[in-house]
Amino acid sequence: MIDSKYFLKGFASIRGVRSPAIALGASFIAIGALLKNIGFTIQESIFSTFLTYALPGSLVMAESMIIGASLINIFIAVWLVNARLYPMTVSLMPLLMHKSQPKWKYYLSCHFIAVSSWLIMKDNYEQINKESRIDFWIGIGVATWSVAIFSTVIGYLASDFLNEDVLIGLAIINPIYFTCMMVGAMKTIKISLSIILGTILGPAFYFVSPEWCILFGGITAGTVAFLIGEINDK
Amino acid sequence: MTSNIILVILITSFATFLSRFLGVLSSENIKETSKIFRWFNCLAYSTLAALIARIVIFPSGLLSEVDYFVRIIVVILSIGLFFITKKNLVYPTIFSAIMLSLFNNYL
Repeated sequence: MIDSKYFLKGFASIRGVRSPAIALGASFIAIGALLKNIGFTIQESIFSTFLTYALPGSLVMAESMIIGASLINIFIAVWLVNARLYPMTVSLMPLLMHKSQPKWKYYLSCHFIAVSSWLIMKDNYEQINKESRIDFWIGIGVATWSVAIFSTVIGYLASDFLNEDVLIGLAIINPIYFTCMMVGAMKTIKISLSIILGTILGPAFYFVSPEWCILFGGITAGTVAFLIGEINDK
Repeated sequence: MTSNIILVILITSFATFLSRFLGVLSSENIKETSKIFRWFNCLAYSTLAALIARIVIFPSGLLSEVDYFVRIIVVILSIGLFFITKKNLVYPTIFSAIMLSLFNNYL
């Protein structure tokens, strides 16, 4: 059903010098501590990471609950901050699709799409033959997802020992990891432009709308980068 | 404080899974060689960059208590370390946490 050779190869991506485990661990330890502080039980915290597995979404959920937002407002806020998962999925799944593979694999394993797993897959897919890519991807997904759930538990249990200095340190690790991965991904003009313009326009659109800035800034930056890249490639 | 935690978790995960699910649905008709795939590839990297830049420049929560200048310096030094260590990701991430805590207390 799932080719264990490729699954394990994907799973092994959490080891080594390019491992996402430290960054994922740090941020989900912080999430675990945060969820405990806003009154979640340990089961609810595990359930939350298990089902959502998207860091900005969990943060928005926690913030919305603190200010007592309505369920519909929580839905909209989470959807907005996680809508980036749509272009991420569309730019990943066609690379993994193969007619010999059953569809349920794609619809289930899309749950593993998050920044770290996506960047690892984008970095490595060319080394795997197309038929086996989905199994490799499921390996990466299960590995990163497990680290996230495990770290949520650690963070929840250790929250009394995590003072503000430690939590601030943990909070910077994930953005730094992503920044380095992105800088490392800048191999073509299109991708480099997308990243540079996104970095400028995302915060710039914040002055127009804090909620919509990621989507507006991202779509504008990506479209401009695409058009310039297409002209340049001709 | 919003009360029903289980309901909130379900709504959060549904709002998140929606984008992933619709992404796979759209992918069924998109070839990796097509123009639209190349466009979405740009959109994915640019929205990610926008998200990360937003977290660093306009953070919510604890990071917002750190001075803007300190955050930017830590990011620049970490990218530098990433290149010096031949794209090792372990050193810059650990280094960034230590630096941020130190700078935040002693600068």
